Amino acid sequence: MSKQKVTVAISGLNNVDSPGPGIPVIRGIRESADIESRIVGLAYENLEPGPYMAGYVDKTYKVPYPSEGVEPLMERIRYIHEREQIDVLIPNFDSEIFVFIKLADKLREIGIHTFLPAMRQFEERHKSNLPQYGRKYDIRVPDSRPVTSFEEIEDLVRRDGFSWPLMIKGKFYDAFLARSAEQARIYFNTISAKWGLPVIVQEFVTGTEVNVVALGDGNGRTIGAVAMRKQYITDKGKAWGGITLDDPSMLDFTRHVMSATNWRGGMELELIRTPKNELYLIEINPRLPAWVYLAVAAGQNLPEALVKLALGQEVPEWTRYDVGKIFIRYSYDMICDLDAFRKLSTTGEL
Amino acid sequence: MKIKKSLAISETGFVFDPSTGDSYTLNPVGLEILQLLRERKSREQITEAVMQSYDVDAMTFERYYFDFLGMLKQMQLMEHDE
Repeated sequence: MSKQKVTVAISGLNNVDSPGPGIPVIRGIRESADIESRIVGLAYENLEPGPYMAGYVDKTYKVPYPSEGVEPLMERIRYIHEREQIDVLIPNFDSEIFVFIKLADKLREIGIHTFLPAMRQFEERHKSNLPQYGRKYDIRVPDSRPVTSFEEIEDLVRRDGFSWPLMIKGKFYDAFLARSAEQARIYFNTISAKWGLPVIVQEFVTGTEVNVVALGDGNGRTIGAVAMRKQYITDKGKAWGGITLDDPSMLDFTRHVMSATNWRGGMELELIRTPKNELYLIEINPRLPAWVYLAVAAGQNLPEALVKLALGQEVPEWTRYDVGKIFIRYSYDMICDLDAFRKLSTTGEL
Repeated sequence: MKIKKSLAISETGFVFDPSTGDSYTLNPVGLEILQLLRERKSREQITEAVMQSYDVDAMTFERYYFDFLGMLKQMQLMEHDE
């Protein structure tokens, strides 16, 4: 049977020490037995490694940051679409998902498919809304509050029953464990300067961090889900090594989240397993994570399934994956010609 | 209490717990005892087997045996009988 030709535009090509999911998503799509892909990279910076990695991205275009607004981004996508005839677009950064959800209808009108959560689904799972989310869907979550000043953190400890240590988190990225008010002040200032307000203060739950990568079809069905434990964590809190787990309770937890919320698209659940074996949801990332290739290697090609779902194709549910598969991330110095850098810097295309 | 059914135990003494992702390395004696535990041998049978293979008396062995069991429980490698 001949493969279906599909052009997929993908962002998150920053395969650096805190990597975006773009390259692992591309690896999955490239390994599809059904899809012959042309990969169009969407890059924000000239030195994102993805555009220079041979065999992964066929053509790269620089795009404006989502913070510059919806219209400039849409204009740029139109320009790229005229040249590339994009079939599916997969945004991979938390910070751009909002914009692409807003653009989804316009993209669809010109023939570009996405497979993203609805705006309501995206908004309600924000870290700042987690306690309400937990109550609404009967999911165990640690107590947390959004704050806009350091003084509010002190008030939480003085009046609202919060106690040290506390997690201090940015609304999109970054999380620090503060053991005292002094540390909390430093982290509040660091995070608010980088990611803006509010900053999230979360009760610290003792236990082991475990994660699930999953894909929901938007009708409550979990197409696939793979549980993983980080075995090696960088100073940025990123997994540098991880192993797939045989943990039915994590998969049940995931299926509950998927069916209760009718989640559409990729998702990463960050969970804490306490010494009493209870699972707490600490975060939902609204996209496939950078370690998604572990799921592919374990038998669930979630990026490929996402492309098929975006194209409206039927995708069966996975019921198993290989347990004990390990990923070990590594760094590698690519040598590139100045000409490639010049081209991307000056023309915005490579 | 018995050894978790899901534990993967290799001939070289590498033990993998698929529910937590943890792995351990056992020396040959530890491996032998773990395999006997998995076969649901009683304390007396395990003591007897070890005494036959090694130069150790029952009291000395059982002291180490209970230490070993405590460690297995602490590492959550044991589960309750169904």
